[in-house]
Amino acid sequence: MIFKNIYVKSIIVTSCIILAELIYQKFHNLRFISPLLILLAVLISIILVIKIISARQFKSFLFIVPALAIFSIFYIYPFIKVLQLAHYSWDGILPTMKFVAFYNFLEVLKDKVWWQSMFNAGYITFIALTFQNALALILALACDRQMKAGNFYRVIFFIPPVLSEVVVGLVWQWLYNADYGLLNHWLYTIGFPNLARSWLSDPKTALTCVAIVHSWKGFGWGFVILLAGLQTIPRQLYEAARVDGANTWQVFKNITAPLMIPVFVLVAILTVLGSMQSFVLILTMTDGGPAFHTEVPVTRILTSMIGSSRFGYACSQSIVFGAILLAISFIQKRLSQNMRQA
Amino acid sequence: MLNFSVKKTTTNILVHLLLISVSITCLFPLLWMFGSSLKTQGTVFSDLSIIPQHPHFENYIKAWTDGGFGRYFFNSLIYTIAVVLGIVLVSSLAAFAFSRLEFPGRNAFFIMFLAAMMIPLPGSFVPLYVLMVKLHLVNTRLGYCLCLINVGLSFSIFLLKTYFDKMPKELEDAARIDGCNRLGIYRHVALPFARPALAVVVVFNALNVWNEYVLALIIFSSKDLMPLQRGLMMFRGEFLTNYPLLMAGLTIAALPIIILYLLMQKYIVKGATSQVVFP
Repeated sequence: MIFKNIYVKSIIVTSCIILAELIYQKFHNLRFISPLLILLAVLISIILVIKIISARQFKSFLFIVPALAIFSIFYIYPFIKVLQLAHYSWDGILPTMKFVAFYNFLEVLKDKVWWQSMFNAGYITFIALTFQNALALILALACDRQMKAGNFYRVIFFIPPVLSEVVVGLVWQWLYNADYGLLNHWLYTIGFPNLARSWLSDPKTALTCVAIVHSWKGFGWGFVILLAGLQTIPRQLYEAARVDGANTWQVFKNITAPLMIPVFVLVAILTVLGSMQSFVLILTMTDGGPAFHTEVPVTRILTSMIGSSRFGYACSQSIVFGAILLAISFIQKRLSQNMRQA
Repeated sequence: MLNFSVKKTTTNILVHLLLISVSITCLFPLLWMFGSSLKTQGTVFSDLSIIPQHPHFENYIKAWTDGGFGRYFFNSLIYTIAVVLGIVLVSSLAAFAFSRLEFPGRNAFFIMFLAAMMIPLPGSFVPLYVLMVKLHLVNTRLGYCLCLINVGLSFSIFLLKTYFDKMPKELEDAARIDGCNRLGIYRHVALPFARPALAVVVVFNALNVWNEYVLALIIFSSKDLMPLQRGLMMFRGEFLTNYPLLMAGLTIAALPIIILYLLMQKYIVKGATSQVVFP
């Protein structure tokens, strides 16, 4: 239930902040909120707190002050700053910003490349959700049968997830390369030269190739979590089912799957949130090309910021994307609650 | 009975075949990366053996000096150590307070940190860059470290708090009778008690910091300060098809992580699965 509260609260707080921001900006024409202002607010509240609470409690409070200071400067301030900048047209350098109200958001809604990037991220997420997680589940089930070997395989399967996306992207980019790549070389050797192509610059294959690398890097996560979940299922249940004469499929359907539903939901949420936001692989492998066919929302935000120096537009893009992600995870939570009750 | 055991053996063999083939798929790109780093520019496209007959280890020396990977490596090392130390200090203090001490607003602040874990903030690098410019921290080590400390903070506080919650009250009382104040209990009782959780925090954040790319892209403009991941992309831009040297650089970037992982894989798996308890 705590989640529901947090979501409701955060939505209320967010909308209040936006409203307050707009009113404030409109009438005072104060262009910059100082990061130090936020810290000042925190300090003032601390001083107020001292007045109210005892010295003993104040000393306890000092324990969280470092965390609170870093958090308020590097998380709360950017959070508010995004909401503010999204209503401005600003190049990031000039001291003057132009207030454009909701114009940036309208532009995001009309931006075809933006929605294409959203579709691409959805496609990568779909591949991750189906193939990657199916593979992870099959491997986890296989390892759960024989735990001795399972530990060995777990060590190997979790190597891709710990590597950096830059390393993975650059190695795979070479494997996919049209002239020097290993994949094309193999296709020539085994006799399918007509299948060889420049995988990452062909609009038809680029996105799928990136999605495959993403799944290659990510399936270890799902595998480890699913395996940990499988190991919490009491062995007696399996033995009882065997005694009753159930076959493997029946055991999976009637014992494993129902008990694993919370873990499935968790893996699904992590996969969706992770895949939608992953972008470093794309930066290193294709940089969004060919012709926007592998763009994802975060690379669009980066392009708006660095490429075309439109900070306000980049901020409104990130608000739209953040809201979509929040909605997705909210729906998933809701669905999982309904499933648990059913 | 014989029939049954034959069937069981065949399924076992099939299962192992599947597992082994996936393992090979996992490891092959890495072996290929390492093998290619030992070839020369002349043989790298013709010699397709995984480990070449005449390994050229001087590629690593060249990458370390000419490619600048030595400098990038030390930068990454500095950032990783500084950020992990910072996170451990700040988050353990806060987690201890959230778990063991009484003060008004305790729950509200903790929920605030939790909410930060749950509300996705994609593109937060835009306002962070603006902030860095305003604080004159662009292109400085300090700015990068502070940003990264914040990235790992919420997760670490959450993990440590759940661990401190398990600490028996008697331990704390005994220390208090022995004359420990709050800081003493934190240092002499809580921190040693939470050593396994601290290990998870250290390893996990070390991985994150070492592999971080986008903040390094935003913050750094001078090569002397860049960490490895950023340096790799710079190198790729400069020496487009010098694959042996690039692969040597990639190996330099990947090897410490793989070693750390193999040494500490128990804790990494624990950190990964700690999310099972979370939602």
